[in-house]
Amino acid sequence: MLKTVEQHFRELTPAVDFCSLRLVSRQDEVIEVRQDVLQPVDTEDDVGAMITVVDGGGLGYAATCDLSAAGLGEALDRATRWAQKTASAAIVDHGKVPRPPSVGEYACAIARPWAATPLGERIDLARQECARLKTDDRIVDWSASLWWIAEEQLYLTSDGGRTQQRFEYLIPGLSVTANEGSETVSRRYGGFDLGRQGGLEILDDVHFFDQAPVIADEVLQLLVAPNCPTGTMDLLLDPDQMYLQIHESIGHPLELDRILGDERNYAGTSFVSLDMLGSYRYGSDLLNITFDPTIAEEFASYRWDDDGVAADRQYIIRQGILERALGGSTSQMRATQPGVANSRACSWNRPPIDRMANLNLEPGTSSLEELIGAVEHGIHMKRNLSWSIDDSRNKFQFGCEHGQMIRNGELAEVVKKPNYNGISATFWRSLKGVGNAALNEVLGTPFCGKGEPNQVIRVGHASPPALFADIDVFGGE
Amino acid sequence: MDMKTDFFRLAEELLGLAQGDEVLLLNFAGEATDFVRFNQSRVRQPGHVHQRYLCIELIDGQRHAGARITLGGGHHCVNGQDESVDRPHAAAVVGLLRSRLADLPEDPHLLYNDQPQSTDQEGENHLPDVEEVVDQVLSAGAGRDLVGLHAQGGIYRGFANSLGQRNWSATHSFNFDWSFYHRADKAVKCGYAGGNWRATEFSTRVDTAVAQLALLGTEAQTIAAGRYRVYLAPVALADFVGLLNWGGVGLKAQRTRQSSLLRMTTDGVRLHHSVTLMDNTRAGVAPNFQAEGFLKPDHVTLIDAGAHADSLVSPRSAREYGVPTNGAGAGEGAESLDLAAGDLPAEEVLQRLGTGVWINNLHYLNYSDRPACRITGMTRFACFWVEAGQIVAPINVMRFDESLFRVLGDNLLGLTREREMILDSGSYGGRDTSSAHFPGALVEDFNFNL
Repeated sequence: MLKTVEQHFRELTPAVDFCSLRLVSRQDEVIEVRQDVLQPVDTEDDVGAMITVVDGGGLGYAATCDLSAAGLGEALDRATRWAQKTASAAIVDHGKVPRPPSVGEYACAIARPWAATPLGERIDLARQECARLKTDDRIVDWSASLWWIAEEQLYLTSDGGRTQQRFEYLIPGLSVTANEGSETVSRRYGGFDLGRQGGLEILDDVHFFDQAPVIADEVLQLLVAPNCPTGTMDLLLDPDQMYLQIHESIGHPLELDRILGDERNYAGTSFVSLDMLGSYRYGSDLLNITFDPTIAEEFASYRWDDDGVAADRQYIIRQGILERALGGSTSQMRATQPGVANSRACSWNRPPIDRMANLNLEPGTSSLEELIGAVEHGIHMKRNLSWSIDDSRNKFQFGCEHGQMIRNGELAEVVKKPNYNGISATFWRSLKGVGNAALNEVLGTPFCGKGEPNQVIRVGHASPPALFADIDVFGGE
Repeated sequence: MDMKTDFFRLAEELLGLAQGDEVLLLNFAGEATDFVRFNQSRVRQPGHVHQRYLCIELIDGQRHAGARITLGGGHHCVNGQDESVDRPHAAAVVGLLRSRLADLPEDPHLLYNDQPQSTDQEGENHLPDVEEVVDQVLSAGAGRDLVGLHAQGGIYRGFANSLGQRNWSATHSFNFDWSFYHRADKAVKCGYAGGNWRATEFSTRVDTAVAQLALLGTEAQTIAAGRYRVYLAPVALADFVGLLNWGGVGLKAQRTRQSSLLRMTTDGVRLHHSVTLMDNTRAGVAPNFQAEGFLKPDHVTLIDAGAHADSLVSPRSAREYGVPTNGAGAGEGAESLDLAAGDLPAEEVLQRLGTGVWINNLHYLNYSDRPACRITGMTRFACFWVEAGQIVAPINVMRFDESLFRVLGDNLLGLTREREMILDSGSYGGRDTSSAHFPGALVEDFNFNL
């Protein structure tokens, strides 16, 4: 199919300044066992192409699932028409945006391919873990799931560019819910936050098979635990909360298209402005944030972004100082600022926009014992449960599944429904401890939403635990 | 491009592949949409998306397997016969599903409609020339800061099964969702959606928005955290109550004790007697059939005069819990959420609000304590501080953290007599067909915490 589509594209390329075709072919399979019953095993086979035309300074796109010569020809005509029709009103002279004709291939590393394991064995993997979750009559719902995605992308340009990339992803998940009266609590492992590139070897890498008894025990502890107290205290966050803290209050506000206003009608704007790049103190000296598409197993690693621009590792924040924002080549030209190769689309039917891809907190030097030991009065929170932040990405509030008080440098009682809130612009300046490399965890979520039209895409976040001073904490009712 | 003809032609070809007692279910979702994105009253990204998806479910007894594939559309001549171009691929998928059935156990919760009920909803197409709309939008934005998205085109849904049921729904609609920005995060949020674009109606909406924009010129006030009397305009109230679609109104959430409305069934919590909430399919724009072929009733009452009534029941939940399905999808969320009007005249809202906060829009809602139905989120766009029934100034954004049980319970002072029909502008994966029909709400002691 790829060869046929490429041949059509080469033959049909119109006489315009620039033209590209981005073909995306994706297969999905979701296996979920809930309450020991296999849920419908649905698969997906999605393929289509996005044509982008630049002509006279305008840009137009047309996406189609009709990959015949006629279908691609119609898409080329539509994209050309849109480019020409809107050229005089375009927000930027698209003809001046650099579009390097990259050439090459990339495939993510896979040790144990999903497809090489028979369906029955894949089901058994989930079934066995599900069966380990129901440990008590108070457990009222439980499930184990494996979500596999394989994606192949071919990007062709009218000036000879040709990149081909193949990825496979796995998102494992466990969930257990306990109830007594009208009180219900849940514990999860993965599902939302444990996406990685690779094959079934990921299950061992993330210790998937060790987690069922842990979360089944913790959910029962939470059911009888007191509510999290209210107060100002030190806050130690595990990686499975840190990933979202980074995502929401560093990643999104630093996306250049938000800073440039593209998202103001939907996802929102940013408290960060262009004049802050290069000098703004985002956090304490311990805050080092990198954009890193080179970590093989991380969820959003790739060789080229969806505009064909080669991707490499860049410091975004170094020792607390904001160095650059997260914007692809179009945004970089509009902002006259450096950025990163993060112009990405969720699939063939949406145009690329600035996405954060892999955004990581670089490890510090502290052991977990040192982080806990540094707290006189505080709380340790695990696994995100609730998230909300304002449209400028400043005032946030997060809730976690599991809380444990820290007193005089030691872990104390478990508390339920721990929440905290703060303001991005000041929160990161209270960072007073960062875990070492041994505590670093590579996480990722498949559910980052943004864009008009809407797109949900994969992002990766690696982080060790991190300690913050004097944060407002509270619980449930 | 005739999606209806293409789908039913393909369906006839595929349904004949069912062998013995096998049953085939086919669900089609297609759209042909022009999307034009604007920023700073300029065109950011213009384009077109043509997509067709087919879900194939093969059932043999209690075993079943499903697949979703993309379709190219159209037909061609094969050996002198007119054949869908997608037939070879789709037929191969049916074969693959048949081979997978051997690896799959019987599903005790499988339920599909075996009493064929065919329907056909074909909306008329009065869509405007999209390029003319773009010209009107650019004119409206001249000298202003306009940002948003215009989407227009056909949305198509189809169902067919080997038992003889055929359903079709086609709508041709536009949805221009935009904001006029004053500066920073101060803006007026606007929308114009429907099937028949009228330049005069659009112009009126622009004029109304521009008048509101002038109110944002006053220096914004920052209010302190605390409890305030507030007015939640229909869009804001629909966002607040709409969170119930996330594990609030479905039977599975109730039976697994995870529903945010659980305390209404276990602890006798009641809302204000004026609160009647339903999934009103008849008044909405979503298709009235679902993936397993069940038709939706005209409406399902979720809360009746403040008391918990029915839950949305998917076919799987129906089988699992031994109750009838009411045509809900697998997610058991309402697609046509409808809150009954109250008796508060809209023109009296400012006076009744007295001193407090007028909230036009909310942002990024989530549960902060699900069993307590406590919801956190932000104010957004044009929200105002009001004193003595007069708008004084816009406010800087505030975080709220408040229980729906209080907002629509003891703290509810009234729902407006007038309601607003809100067509969802969402487009994750495809254009949304959800809607909400909501009044505004006057509420006291609404908690802002940051």
